[in-house]
Amino acid sequence: MTTLQGLPDRTEIRLAGEGGQGMILAGIILAEAASIYDGKNAVQTQSYGPEARGGASKSEVVISQGEIDHPEVLKADALIALSQEAYKKFSQDVKPGGLLIVDADKVDASATPQAIRLPITRMAFETTGKIITANTIALGVLVALTNVVSRDAIEKAVLARAPKGTEEMNRAALKAGFEAAEKETSRS
Amino acid sequence: MTIRLMQGNEAIALGAIAAGCRFYAGYPITPSTEVAEVMARELPKYGGKFIQMEDEIASMAAIIGGRVGGLKSMTATSGPGFSLMQENIGYAAITEIPCVVVDVQRLGPSTGQPTAASQGDVMQARWGTHGDHPIIALAPISVRQAFDLTVKAFDFSERYRTPVILLTDEIIGHMREPVELPDFSTIKIYEHKVEEKPEEYKAFRNTEDGVPPLVPFGEGYRYHITGLLHDEVGFPTQRLDEIDPWLERVNGKLEKHIDEITLVEEDYQDGARVAVLSYGCSARTARHAVKVARAQGKKVNLLTLLTIWPFPEKQVEALGEKVDKIIVPEMNLGQLAYEVERVVGRKKVVRVTRANGEMVTPQMVLEKMED
Repeated sequence: MTTLQGLPDRTEIRLAGEGGQGMILAGIILAEAASIYDGKNAVQTQSYGPEARGGASKSEVVISQGEIDHPEVLKADALIALSQEAYKKFSQDVKPGGLLIVDADKVDASATPQAIRLPITRMAFETTGKIITANTIALGVLVALTNVVSRDAIEKAVLARAPKGTEEMNRAALKAGFEAAEKETSRS
Repeated sequence: MTIRLMQGNEAIALGAIAAGCRFYAGYPITPSTEVAEVMARELPKYGGKFIQMEDEIASMAAIIGGRVGGLKSMTATSGPGFSLMQENIGYAAITEIPCVVVDVQRLGPSTGQPTAASQGDVMQARWGTHGDHPIIALAPISVRQAFDLTVKAFDFSERYRTPVILLTDEIIGHMREPVELPDFSTIKIYEHKVEEKPEEYKAFRNTEDGVPPLVPFGEGYRYHITGLLHDEVGFPTQRLDEIDPWLERVNGKLEKHIDEITLVEEDYQDGARVAVLSYGCSARTARHAVKVARAQGKKVNLLTLLTIWPFPEKQVEALGEKVDKIIVPEMNLGQLAYEVERVVGRKKVVRVTRANGEMVTPQMVLEKMED
């Protein structure tokens, strides 16, 4: 049996949820952080249903120092699932020892005890008053737990994409994500 | 220019503008819509015209008209729209009007699955319109190459007076990669030069290279354009002494320039007895699989076809002589594999097919190397 372990320099991130939760944009921002601000190579792909809102939606980012060939995630180093459907569909496709982050209020992750449970959407509302900042919170959590891109790069990438007038709100959301992740690691 | 994270579809639109495209007519359809969005936004800044037509039949007609009027022209679509364009693609082929048609392939047939990827239009790109006709189809494998091959598509369409299909797919079209585009002013593409006086001009005459120069309407050069078989000035004819040389020229003109038109990437290792041959998004999977196999000490040849049509027979035949087995991964039920089999024989070809909207995986290719 051939395995795919011939290509070590390859980090695969999958961000999944319902259409409208901003997971595709989060993937784009992560890829921009890696490529434009950290100077690595990155490829972002996405899949979504025909609906404008709702339906399953996922964004994938592959990051490497070198060339990236197959553009999609094969076995995720990290998965963020913001909906039960996303969890059900993708939680089996995480590498052994990989990272699984779920929205604690939206996902019953009892099948995977190792999952990191944070109320990401509620945290967004409590931090900024807007649940649409959940994707920024999720990026903060992911980056603080994995260092897949630098904190500086993700902040620059988030702010470059933030609509005018929402910069402070997004900065606060990102910081809340960092802090929640730090609390999580100090607990374990 | 600076490095930007860019989608394949955006790179196609910018490639077209860089190549001098100044007329776009189209009808938006997933997963090609971003091409239209970028053209609608950017083309007017370059003095170009964007028009949304009532459907794809009209879009194809409009870009033929646009080029006859003197503007380099393009449309973009996906499977269902590509089907509707076929009649007028034949019209562009027989009237030898340069134009570029982008097909961002999605899962079919029919409405299929609009957001799912596919490479199911390989044969339609070649034989979708009725009758024997010349056609070129190019398939990019990265965002940067989507830009570069769009520029090539315009160059080829002008140089050989033929419609060119940019045959891409949902993966490449929607994928984002960091790219740095060249300065548009450095990009030069073929321009027609006419030597004759207006009264001597024949838009369809026999020339040594098979491609008579084209002058737009309105510059004093008169000719007729029809979808009927026509003589050297474009009037319908049923005379075999006029039809036969015309048929020979039109259907032979690409063969005369086949070395310039054939774009492939050959990555071969001495002594390899196995090869992977692919194109479009599946070529990315093929590369991944070949890298893994080589890291495990296997010798494998890799052939990537950027030109799909005319089919690169010479290169594929040479590869067939080197190896015992050619693995052909593609996101359909074996369309390009038909051509590989035709050239190297069925026994040497191993198909890896997937037509459910999901990419072929490197694992699927690696398993065929072991069999």
